[in-house]
Amino acid sequence: MSTLASPAPAAQKPSKALPAGSGARSIRLVRSTPAGVWVAGALLLFLVLAAVAPSLFLRQDPYEIDPANAFQAPGAAQLFGTDQNGRDIFSRVIAGTGQSLLLGLAATAIGLLLGGALGITAGVSGKRVDSAICRFVEILFAFPGLLLALIVIAVSGTGVVSAAVAVGIGSAPGYARMLRTQTLQVVAAPYVETALALGRPRSHILRHTIIPNVARPLFVLVTLGIGQSIVWASSLSFLGLGAQPPAAEWGAMLADGRNYLQIAWWIAAFPGLFITLAALTTTVAGHHLQRRLEAEV
Amino acid sequence: MSTQSLDSLNTAPRTTVSPGMTGRLLVRRAAGSIFVLWAALTLTFFVLHLTPGDPVTAILGGAGSSPSAETVAAVKAEYGLDQPVVLQYLTYLGNLITGDFGVSYIFKVPVTEVLGPQILPTLQLSGLALTFAWTIALAFTLLTVGRGRLLDGAGRALEVFFASLPPFWVGIMLAVVFAVILGWFPVAGDDGFASLVLPALSLALPLSGFIAQVTRSSFEEALAQPFILSARARGLSDSAVRLTHALRHAILPGLTLSAWAVGSLVSSAVVAEIIFARAGLGRSLVDAIINRDMPVTLAVVFIIAAVYIIVNLAVDLLYRVVDPRTSPTGSAA
Repeated sequence: MSTLASPAPAAQKPSKALPAGSGARSIRLVRSTPAGVWVAGALLLFLVLAAVAPSLFLRQDPYEIDPANAFQAPGAAQLFGTDQNGRDIFSRVIAGTGQSLLLGLAATAIGLLLGGALGITAGVSGKRVDSAICRFVEILFAFPGLLLALIVIAVSGTGVVSAAVAVGIGSAPGYARMLRTQTLQVVAAPYVETALALGRPRSHILRHTIIPNVARPLFVLVTLGIGQSIVWASSLSFLGLGAQPPAAEWGAMLADGRNYLQIAWWIAAFPGLFITLAALTTTVAGHHLQRRLEAEV
Repeated sequence: MSTQSLDSLNTAPRTTVSPGMTGRLLVRRAAGSIFVLWAALTLTFFVLHLTPGDPVTAILGGAGSSPSAETVAAVKAEYGLDQPVVLQYLTYLGNLITGDFGVSYIFKVPVTEVLGPQILPTLQLSGLALTFAWTIALAFTLLTVGRGRLLDGAGRALEVFFASLPPFWVGIMLAVVFAVILGWFPVAGDDGFASLVLPALSLALPLSGFIAQVTRSSFEEALAQPFILSARARGLSDSAVRLTHALRHAILPGLTLSAWAVGSLVSSAVVAEIIFARAGLGRSLVDAIINRDMPVTLAVVFIIAAVYIIVNLAVDLLYRVVDPRTSPTGSAA
């Protein structure tokens, strides 16, 4: 469960990014942070809390069927209304937060690992390995958007784990390209030259100099990537290829609600709102971190 | 788009591209694209053949059926599945050159017959979505860039918001508001332009956010150029400067993004097709994946990859013609 908490430090990172300094400095930091970032940070914190400790917000069992209360419109009794089986949508959305965030994190981690392995290898290797990897990544880029993820699903079958792997592989080419560029920059940096001149073994330089420096901007990439991964993974569930009903997963709930659009818009609207919130807040946090990092350099 | 105004900015040594060079470039880039397409197809073919589960089960109507050994053998022979995979691959490639994508496992008719009617609806949807996306993005750029802090900030915030919208949620909300509540458009279906508007918008809104982010920054750069100042000094009105001088420079980077956008539109069309119950390639792909219809899956992947690669090639070449500074060794695929 501890991995779920990492978006929270993401929102608070700006204050840590600057050295702990005088009070004036932190006041400046508070003032220079746009209001939108504070709102996004607060919402993100809420999502993380809902993921880690859903019982804080749960008002009802998300799986409890109550046919007498089916299709209740949002109101005081049921904040987000009830679905076709009388299940409380607010509770289901909260219960689904953990799985959706975990899916996004897992997919991002898989994408980064695969992309990092390809990109960093290409960046530190000689011309032949580099161009072979570049060719391979270029071929993967021939499958735009969700297509690569759909191919993986075609092979591995439907399901949550499959969806995480599929989205991870689908995002790997992008990470590979970014990390290769990043590695090439680090390899050309004077401190690597110095380390080489000092006669350090290459594997030592790779582990202690190159990878840490390539990894630093990853924080931003991860923050931006999670939002995208959540959207992709829930798209797969929406298409019936990821989490399957009656799972309280946002994409699957949305697919469920699609059948009742004409009589009960809220069944689809609220899970979708949470997908959007997750994507939006992580994107805003990521952009903000990026600007901070750029401003520091 | 004239090359003249771009030439005036030129600082690179080569200012013109001779017809011979463009021709050679074209051949080289086209050959590269065909290689990538072939490699992508080969990769997909072999990866799909790793799929656990016997294709014969899919052909004979799912896991529930229990066919006799003779039936299985007959089906294997009919679909060429008794051959080694490499031989199957070579046969597939040979047939593909003559436009034969094989026979669908589920529909038992040639894949071309299954997919033929699906191509046009998806292209219409993607085309209209791209048009909408550009219209919205340009409206953002022209109306908000350099119009004071408030409008500028609002434009920026809206772009980020649009770019993070998941297309399937946009589709559902549009359907709720404009089809169910207002009744302006049909909730689902395939007839005519009216049924195309909401699905296209659901794909266009998120895309417009991405395009506007790119055009905004190049528009800002263009507005800061000396030629804008000289145009203003000549007494041109603000909107004339924006429309005739700055816009041209803002569109170029967006063009490259559009090549990427076409690919992602064709593949994300699947979501819009399912929400609005439309026919199309994306829907066929998802059905084929669920039913393990390998020939159809492979064909849709091939078509989408081909469209994507061709559009990329076209934009890449167009870009080189419009802006001769672009180095011939760069890659935009």
